[in-house]
Amino acid sequence: MIGWKDIPPGMVILEPGSALKFKTGSWRAFKPRWIEENCIQCLLCWLYCPDNAVKVKDGKRQDFDFEYCKGCGLCALECPGKKGNKAIVMEEEVK
Amino acid sequence: MTKVVAVTGNEAVANAFRQVEPDVCAAYPITPQTELMQRFAAFVSNGEVKTEMILVESEHSAMSACVGAAAAGGRVATATSSQGLALMWEILFIASGLRLPIVMPVVNRALSAPINIHCDHSDAMGARDSGWIQLWSENAQEAYDNTIQAFKIAENMDIRLPVMVCYDGFIISHSIERIEYLDDDVVKEFVGEYKPLYPLLDIDNPKSYGPLILTDLYHEVRKAHSEVYKKVPKVVLEVAKDFEKISGRKYGLFESYRLDDAEIGIVILNSAAGTTKDVIDEYREKGVKVGLLKPRLFRPFPYEDVGKALSHLKAVCVLDRADAFGGSFGPLYLDISASLCNFKEKPVLINRIYGLGGRDYMPEHAQQVIEELQEISKTGKIKILKEYIGVRE
Repeated sequence: MIGWKDIPPGMVILEPGSALKFKTGSWRAFKPRWIEENCIQCLLCWLYCPDNAVKVKDGKRQDFDFEYCKGCGLCALECPGKKGNKAIVMEEEVK
Repeated sequence: MTKVVAVTGNEAVANAFRQVEPDVCAAYPITPQTELMQRFAAFVSNGEVKTEMILVESEHSAMSACVGAAAAGGRVATATSSQGLALMWEILFIASGLRLPIVMPVVNRALSAPINIHCDHSDAMGARDSGWIQLWSENAQEAYDNTIQAFKIAENMDIRLPVMVCYDGFIISHSIERIEYLDDDVVKEFVGEYKPLYPLLDIDNPKSYGPLILTDLYHEVRKAHSEVYKKVPKVVLEVAKDFEKISGRKYGLFESYRLDDAEIGIVILNSAAGTTKDVIDEYREKGVKVGLLKPRLFRPFPYEDVGKALSHLKAVCVLDRADAFGGSFGPLYLDISASLCNFKEKPVLINRIYGLGGRDYMPEHAQQVIEELQEISKTGKIKILKEYIGVRE
């Protein structure tokens, strides 16, 4: 924790990508589930994710990174699925 | 070589803008500021300045565009009055919180309702705690001089804060006065080349403005912010000293007029100080020891210096051109009162509200106040602590 003497002017953050340090997964009430067989790899979920929760490797979608997923459900909403079957569904979070 | 001209206050300030040549100016017209931006827009259209003029749909957008342009790394200016300043209110705090050195003349005008286009100080007083530095100006010359100095104060690397330059609507903005203009190159050299602090357009060094700061750090951020204002008076005085070298005109944190040997005093802002000084001269000839204090740096308020300048007096009247409804006193009175509260020897204070919505402040109003102060200094008794003057029963 930094004291007031170390606050930069205007609280401008000079370290790029520092939001990675701010993990928001605990906010979730609903959790997305990825159904790989329905995934057409359109990457719309990656595009729409407001955080950093959809991982892509070599152009292919991987599973969610739940340290950053707030459970907003945008990915599930945007997912076109395969022949009407969604590749992302939202399920109630169970602790 | 200075040039002597006869111009309105708005024309003088528009000329200061032309000489400084900000990178970006986002503005929306509102009486009595309109003439200032209309004249500056003409300089842009005529190619006399390279300023990017952004015409927006409201003052909320004007200030938002200024915040964006200043964060991007530009020297930025705008101007407004009254309802326009009220509409900017939300973004004023963002400009100061992000430490963006935006310069904004505020041509003082009353607030609605009832709607009124004429001078009082309720607009700028409503924004007094927004974190903007406020310089107040008695006449067109001071408005011009303060505008030029405002850029250098705002852009000082130790403070980096936005500045409002306040001057009275119509009384100063639209009256023609004798002004001394500095040469263009003298002004350009005085303000210097703009140095951005954390420009967003420096894409090799990415950065984030306006993060979410919650309970764990907000309190520290505000403490750090509050500390910055302690450095402002020194910067204002340094800039004033430099300005005196190019203009021959002296500026301080406030003006003291015949105050040192005075027994009674008046504290008043902006144009009404001129009228008051004339009346003080009349009373001085009659042997009445009366003086005046006219704040220039109203935010941050130089409490210690003002307190010291007034503490030797027997009675002081603070004249406010704005009321604080539901509060107790006018805004200037509250600060003068706070400046004096810890002195053992201090004057009796009274508060008079004058000139709302452009009601003329006449010499007889100053006379009435001086007569009352003489009575108080003799008897030590206050009849009414706060009252309106120049009001019909």
